[in-house]
Amino acid sequence: MNLKRKHRMWAVVALLLGVSVAVGLALYALQQNINLFYSPSQIADHQAPDDTRIRAGGMVVEHSLQRSGDSLMVHFALTDFQKTIEVEYTGILPDLFREGQGVVALGKMNSKGVFVADQVLAKHDEKYMPPEVAAALKASGKLPPQPSAEH
Amino acid sequence: MIPELGQLALILALCLALMLALVPLWGAFRGNLFWMRFATPLATGQFFFVALAFGFLTYAFMTNDFTVAYVATNSNSHLPWYYKFSAVWGGHEGSLLLWLFILCLWTVAVAWRSLHLPAELRSRVLSVMGMISTGFLLFVLLTSSPFTRLFFNAPDDGQDLNPLLQDFGLIVHPPMLYMGYVGFSVAFAFAIAALLGGRLDAAWARWARPWTNAAWAFLSIGIVLGSWWAYYELGWGGWWFWDPVENASFMPWLAGTALIHSMAVTEKRGEFKSWTVLLAICAFSLSLLGTFLVRSGVLTSVHAFASDPTRGFFVLMLLAVTVGGSLLLFALRAVDLKSESTFNLLSKETWLLINNLILLVAMVVVLLGTLYPLVVDALQLGKLSVGPPYFNMLFVPLMGLLALALGSGLMLRWKRHAQDQWLKSLALPALAVLIFAIVTIIWGGEHRWGIVLGVVMAGWIAVSTLVDVSHRIRFSQQGWRQPRSYWGMHVAHLGFCASILGVTWVSLHAFEQDIRVEPGHVEHIDGYDISYLGATSLQGPNYTAEQGHFVVSKQGKTITELFPQKRNYSVQRSMMTEAAIDPGLMQDIYIAMGERLDGGAWAVRIHIKPMVRWIWLGGLLMAFGGALAATDLRYRRLRHRQPQVSVGLETAPVTEVSHA
Amino acid sequence: MRKALFFLPLIVAFGLGVLFWQSLGKDPSTLPSALINKPLPDFSLPTVEKSSELISAARLKGQPVLLNVWATWCPSCHMEHPYFMQLAKQGVPIIGINYKDDRASAMKWLAELGNPYLFSIFDEKGSLGFDLGVYGAPETYLIDKDGIIRYKHVGVVDERVWREQIQPIYERLKS
Repeated sequence: MNLKRKHRMWAVVALLLGVSVAVGLALYALQQNINLFYSPSQIADHQAPDDTRIRAGGMVVEHSLQRSGDSLMVHFALTDFQKTIEVEYTGILPDLFREGQGVVALGKMNSKGVFVADQVLAKHDEKYMPPEVAAALKASGKLPPQPSAEH
Repeated sequence: MIPELGQLALILALCLALMLALVPLWGAFRGNLFWMRFATPLATGQFFFVALAFGFLTYAFMTNDFTVAYVATNSNSHLPWYYKFSAVWGGHEGSLLLWLFILCLWTVAVAWRSLHLPAELRSRVLSVMGMISTGFLLFVLLTSSPFTRLFFNAPDDGQDLNPLLQDFGLIVHPPMLYMGYVGFSVAFAFAIAALLGGRLDAAWARWARPWTNAAWAFLSIGIVLGSWWAYYELGWGGWWFWDPVENASFMPWLAGTALIHSMAVTEKRGEFKSWTVLLAICAFSLSLLGTFLVRSGVLTSVHAFASDPTRGFFVLMLLAVTVGGSLLLFALRAVDLKSESTFNLLSKETWLLINNLILLVAMVVVLLGTLYPLVVDALQLGKLSVGPPYFNMLFVPLMGLLALALGSGLMLRWKRHAQDQWLKSLALPALAVLIFAIVTIIWGGEHRWGIVLGVVMAGWIAVSTLVDVSHRIRFSQQGWRQPRSYWGMHVAHLGFCASILGVTWVSLHAFEQDIRVEPGHVEHIDGYDISYLGATSLQGPNYTAEQGHFVVSKQGKTITELFPQKRNYSVQRSMMTEAAIDPGLMQDIYIAMGERLDGGAWAVRIHIKPMVRWIWLGGLLMAFGGALAATDLRYRRLRHRQPQVSVGLETAPVTEVSHA
Repeated sequence: MRKALFFLPLIVAFGLGVLFWQSLGKDPSTLPSALINKPLPDFSLPTVEKSSELISAARLKGQPVLLNVWATWCPSCHMEHPYFMQLAKQGVPIIGINYKDDRASAMKWLAELGNPYLFSIFDEKGSLGFDLGVYGAPETYLIDKDGIIRYKHVGVVDERVWREQIQPIYERLKS
């Protein structure tokens, strides 16, 4: 093996080694930083781990949103139409948050069985549209059969 | 009538694209100059018809032609004219047409600016670009034509453009991003042409480099604009979310950054040839992957397009053919690309290899984080998401290593470098960094170790750059008159420093508070007194708004008044947060209206963001550096000289006609 | 060895391709429905066609049927409607749930575009929709002959969705 090829082999070996070490570390980091998804039923049945940050997704029960008078704390109920859990959140809810619509909350269960969210994401499903939107359009003008896009 | 003409123009463009993909390639294969000469007129014709189609769609938007389904979904008669214009690429179909338009623009630019290139190479490059546009034209025509009509039940008025997109940032962000994405197709086409021809030398790298640098610069601007838009428009005050769509644009950028460095080695030293080719394929494939991820609805994201499996399937097929085909070609042909020289361990080559390694790993990290939820879902192991902590945890050390390598490799010479000389030239930067570190440890305050890391990284690069520049000016004959590519390199590196500083400060020293305010309320944050005077109602062209009035003062002196808005877009019935920002080089004051609470109170979000603008400023500097390098006189001089030299010495190996 | 190295990128890309192939068509945002393999919730609602007659869940028993949630305000329903016409022609029994809509426009829609449904339950308030866990329209459920929900599809039903996802279960339920 001449010098040139030796160098190239070294380079390739270094590349492969570096990439695989990095991928290993990345996979390890991934394991530490994933947020598993649980439905309200699973949470209510204690299938979700305590003290671990998880994602809970479901529909906000109509008329369940309560605000406290003097702070930004809100309470609402999240359901998958089987079981319902109570969610507590302090902060500003996203623009797309509405009762009767799907949301995903990130947070932990506390000892009282309340899901304490540190982040609430409103699901923004492009495919269908709430009836309210369509009402804004004139009855004659049927909506075109294309979903709208966002980015 | 006009929309049908648009459709017709696209069909004609498809015919020309198909011919462009085949005829010049056939000519190059047979060594037939006659067939090869078709490349330029075909590329020009294809551009003409796609531009025409684009123009017709724009016309449909401007004239409120709601019989066109795409216009009806993405526009409204009350929309201001400039948003009608940007609404052309506000949805799936139109943004694909923009993609295609930009591809044809690059193709025609390559056709007209590469007349001095050997005919075979040039024909192959243009044919490969023709193949790409054939694929995308088929995609547009078969699955997502923007000209589809609503023959009955056409609405009286349109559904309006998504309010998030009604913004200056979104007028310019997609075109810039696509200029970058699609620009990598030129590097890709050059790489494929080299594999087809079986030759790749310094001349090849010299031709491909300016195009790659230009594409990279556009992509940098595109990403900066996207980040800036997310910052002020999404209302959360964050500048990067590690969202799949953002990652989709960041991955080709990382691969592209590696590519422009690897190409430098290929041009100057004739090394890393197959690696450069692989990176060129990789950068463009990742651009396509970005398109696939965004279009197919495979990933959820704050700004993913509506999902449609048929479209996703088509993009996946396009991706399979392009990536699979090019990598197969690579596997078969790249073995023959031989290096022309060797290098020692202590040399610029080694350091650029390290640079490539780090950038590649960074790219893989992003790729893993983006795709991991997909893998888990495909294996039916549950649904999960990967949060920003993962990316941050890995990116901080990776960028630290990159900064270390950058600063220490700048002054290295090609081939070999004397060790004592190297250590001597590193002494000054090391001393400077030590002083910076001590100063920040003493006055750093809270989070000082994070700050120290940022300052050391940026300082290491900046001082090394200064040392290199002063050496160069003192010891080379040109003095200050160094080539543009040299200055471009340093400007881009300093841009990286600026971004590091911005990220460090805004991550560690930002104040964020969500508070409840009633008229008359005064909030004290970070030495500022922010008082809320009340909210008033406003009427916009296609929305109504509640506008808050805030006065920001420091030690009794009024600094600024801010008017954040909460808008309600009537047609789409959606709420939008328009943050009010007092921008500054060193600090932004950011106020966004949250929700209306009982009794005239509002929930508001107040941020003090130090040096956030440095992040984007750094990105723009990087782009400017790329532009400087792309317009280096060296490339232009070549262009003027070449036509006179019938078969130039420099290009001799490549002009050799391939015998079929 | 050296030659094999050059095939590495191709292999990696192939692996990723398989992954994407698997993921395509799956909507990552859909939540698994809690009602699968549970009986259809009971209801008592009129139909679009007849306001006087109230029907209940019992009316859906006897044969496997498709239950399609639709509305005139829903653009995607417009898109899938022709395919339901086709399915009805093939003899697949389809029952509609007209969701949060008004009767006049629903009647007009059916008159203009054709009626693929045996009948359409008129769920003006969305009460049945709520019990079913409808997020929006369109959604389509597959109910077996005992009135038990066997499959739920969110979004547009087209040729591909029918052939790959619904039809296999439907055929199994029929036999």
